[in-house]
Amino acid sequence: MSTVITHHPDSTTLLSYAAATIAEPLAAVVAAHLSMCPRCRAEVADLELLGAAIMLSAPDCSSGAALKVPARPADVAKLADGRVAHSNDRLPAPISAAYALSLDSIPWKRLGPGVWHHRLALRQEGDGDLRLLRIAPGRKMPDHGHGGAELTLVIEGAYRDVTGQYRRGDIQDVDEGIEHQPIVDTDGECICMIASEQPARFKSLVGRLTQPWTRM
Amino acid sequence: MLHPTSATRPVGWMTRRPFRGTMSDLLSRIATDRSEDAFRSLFKEFGPRVRNFMMQQGADAGLAEELAQETLITVWRKASLYSAEKGSATTWIYTIARNLRTDHIRRQRAWQELTDEHAQKIPSDDVPADEVMDARQRQVRVQTVLKQLPPDQVEVVKLAFMDGLPHSEIATRLSLPLGTVKSRIRLAYQKLRTALEDLQ
Ligand SMILES: [Zn+2]
Repeated sequence: MSTVITHHPDSTTLLSYAAATIAEPLAAVVAAHLSMCPRCRAEVADLELLGAAIMLSAPDCSSGAALKVPARPADVAKLADGRVAHSNDRLPAPISAAYALSLDSIPWKRLGPGVWHHRLALRQEGDGDLRLLRIAPGRKMPDHGHGGAELTLVIEGAYRDVTGQYRRGDIQDVDEGIEHQPIVDTDGECICMIASEQPARFKSLVGRLTQPWTRM
Repeated sequence: MLHPTSATRPVGWMTRRPFRGTMSDLLSRIATDRSEDAFRSLFKEFGPRVRNFMMQQGADAGLAEELAQETLITVWRKASLYSAEKGSATTWIYTIARNLRTDHIRRQRAWQELTDEHAQKIPSDDVPADEVMDARQRQVRVQTVLKQLPPDQVEVVKLAFMDGLPHSEIATRLSLPLGTVKSRIRLAYQKLRTALEDLQ
């Protein structure tokens, strides 16, 4: 199971993940990447060390009122030992756990010839957009600009654009204003997860994906 | 800040900073002996800091107190799952507090918690002593980096971790372009990496 990952999130993305200031859909994609990438897991752990140092060294701004020590908390009868049985599904574990999905149980909806999608619900609508996309071999994804932050994680297959090839586990962390035109490799379909912090922006991408084939 | 010498060290100095180096001991006393004494010490040390963190993140006094208690109660409940291999004990408390705040203040799913639970980890009951040393050294180095960062970098990093502001809101707060905020974060991050690079 040697996944060679060559594209990682930007350090500013990892920091906002460690501080949990990142929009929920982007956090989901980073979580999925981390489940496959020991290198980024180690980097996030170091950033959490920084977060801990900041939390513990901050001057106390509260009124200084004494804090009540709670009574001896009840013990939980039986706790899972924290090592969740590791499933062999190709869908990243945090995603399959959160949505009770496996790669072959995704209820794909057809967007057009060779393009399917499945939207993943967020705790709060309006926090952006998270979806799985399945694209046929050799198909061009439409050109699109980026307003807010957007992350793409490859789950199966591969695509490439001017910035390189993206395979399973790779994440594309696109800076604003970068134009790119991904094309799925010809030897297989590509399943990826796309998160956007701006709902409208992603819808326009799907809109453009859809437009040539359906009239919406 | 002055380092007190043993002659000038005020009485009680040792009890005011018990978590340094002994945090893991407190946790293992909680895990194995279910020691209420250890729990009280841990609570006195961390409760007010976690409450302060929650208030900084936008909780009112009541909610902040509740979440601080919930954080430490989670520590009590899960102490047996804590292993030094995962990193420092203070990181562990920070991540519990952060995840509770994501859930209750930001009202979002704490994806970070899901990652921790589902990342492939090698089960290990005895952590080699040098790994524990490494974890301790990492913590000390990170604290040093934090003290040495230039003020403009400390400012953005604190606004992210302590105030819970996304990069774009940090930019608004400081009247800076987003790109400047990001480059300050990258510079701070680079210093962190450099400080840790020789620890595997
Ligand atoms: Zn990575």
